Amino acid sequence: MSARSARSAEALAEAARRRRRLENALPWLVTIGMFAVWEAAVRAFDIQPFILPAPSAIAESMVKWWYPLMTNSWATLLTTFVGFIMAVGFGLSLGVLIGSSVLVYRGLYPLLIAFNSVPKVAVVPILVIWFGAGFWPAVLTAFLISFFPIVVNVATGIATVEPELRDVLRALGARPIDIIMKVGLPRAMPYFFASLKVAITVAFVGSIISETVAANEGIGHLMLVASSRFDVPLVFAGLIVTGVMGVLMYWVAVTIEERTTGWATRGQNDPRLATGG
Amino acid sequence: MTPPFVQIDGVSMRYGGVEGTLALRDASLDVGDGEFVAVVGPSGCGKSTLMRLVTGLWPPTEGTVIVDGAEVDGPLSIAGMAFQNPTLLPWRNIIDNVMLPLEVVQPHRRQLRAQRGTYERRARDLLKLVGLDGFEAKFPWQLSGGMQQRASLCRALVHDPRLLMLDEPFGALDVFTREDLWDVMQAVWLAKKPTVILVTHDLKEAVYLADRVLIMSSRPGRIIAERRVPYPRPRRLEQTYEAEFQAIVHELRDRISEARKGEATDVR
Repeated sequence: MSARSARSAEALAEAARRRRRLENALPWLVTIGMFAVWEAAVRAFDIQPFILPAPSAIAESMVKWWYPLMTNSWATLLTTFVGFIMAVGFGLSLGVLIGSSVLVYRGLYPLLIAFNSVPKVAVVPILVIWFGAGFWPAVLTAFLISFFPIVVNVATGIATVEPELRDVLRALGARPIDIIMKVGLPRAMPYFFASLKVAITVAFVGSIISETVAANEGIGHLMLVASSRFDVPLVFAGLIVTGVMGVLMYWVAVTIEERTTGWATRGQNDPRLATGG
Repeated sequence: MTPPFVQIDGVSMRYGGVEGTLALRDASLDVGDGEFVAVVGPSGCGKSTLMRLVTGLWPPTEGTVIVDGAEVDGPLSIAGMAFQNPTLLPWRNIIDNVMLPLEVVQPHRRQLRAQRGTYERRARDLLKLVGLDGFEAKFPWQLSGGMQQRASLCRALVHDPRLLMLDEPFGALDVFTREDLWDVMQAVWLAKKPTVILVTHDLKEAVYLADRVLIMSSRPGRIIAERRVPYPRPRRLEQTYEAEFQAIVHELRDRISEARKGEATDVR
């Protein structure tokens, strides 16, 4: 290898490193940029704080109300998480059932779709009548809104097992349960984890919807109280805290996905590292 | 004379009810214990249907299928299968893929935990036989198509099946890889002597590997002729270029052309 080609290889590696650094920094730059533009626009057009507060006003409000923000976010996080865990358990079982039995699929699917089309905000009053305002309606709304994507994805993963593979196993005397355990479930895992990313974010939506309708704590409740007092900066502080929690939960879901189903996305993150063919 | 290992007697197969497609009509064939039989025919003649009937994956519309002296009425558990598509599980490495049947088939399933070492050695020996030693811990996507197909063959063989069903297992490979795998297949058969039914549309492959080549007519499929291949084993690839070998291939090709012409007049 000549000195010249060594240099150009060096330069290429350096360029790749720069690009990676940029990719890592980009989410922060974009977020900070958005807040900067927001701040500038509020100041330039002299927008009133009760219409659109500036990020600086929101930050001030966050500092001032840090304790209620923290306790209420914690309450929301808890209800969301409990609802989400229920959705995972229920969604996984129902997905396996629907994916492995045509009869269950035919029987249940229309009902599921009808159910999923009902706006969950309309269900909250019923849940309040059953369980009283507070913890359980929020948990159940989070659950109801987030189990559907899990069911659909798991069912798809199981129903699309290659027929030849099914034949190989059946010709070995495998029972249907063997086929699901050995092939169907592992195969459905990438679909399952992809659905978790959707489910966790909509679970937040569910919790907060319920909290704004009937609750005595939670970030939704806090925003409702704040807006009734025209404390718009605090409402926005609640929104931002919710967004941050959503991103954190999403990140947790992605991390678990990458750890467990790396085989499904091999080499896609960085085509230069892909082996074989 | 011992009764044949696989006996197919007057079997018809129709898909999709009374008005459906007739895939097989009155097909009969016998395969002896430890015999290597190739089934060739024009495409869509029901070769793959035949395979699924023999392994009991589907019940025939008419007729009987007898394997090892018993009528087949559900999936057999003594069969190994390999297809054109290697269908390895991408989340398992090669050795775990090969050992999959041991987790399903009795009595291995019961003994697997206690005798894991023995079984693993068995899988490694098989991988060595097909030239995949050193690739045990690799994942399927790290292997070439030919190597995946070798692993798929190992998976079909690991539980020592008495019946091996191969549905165009070399069909998607390039010529050189395919010829390599013919020799792998021959070595495996000589080492284990299972009964093999190989479905293929490659006449050279059929003649090179099989004791007997069966020819099927176009749909609805029927066995219309058979040709015994006289060469002793082990056979060598050079033999495929000899005049006598070529003559057998040509003879088979002529019969298949006749079968296809017959179809044209039959239908109208």
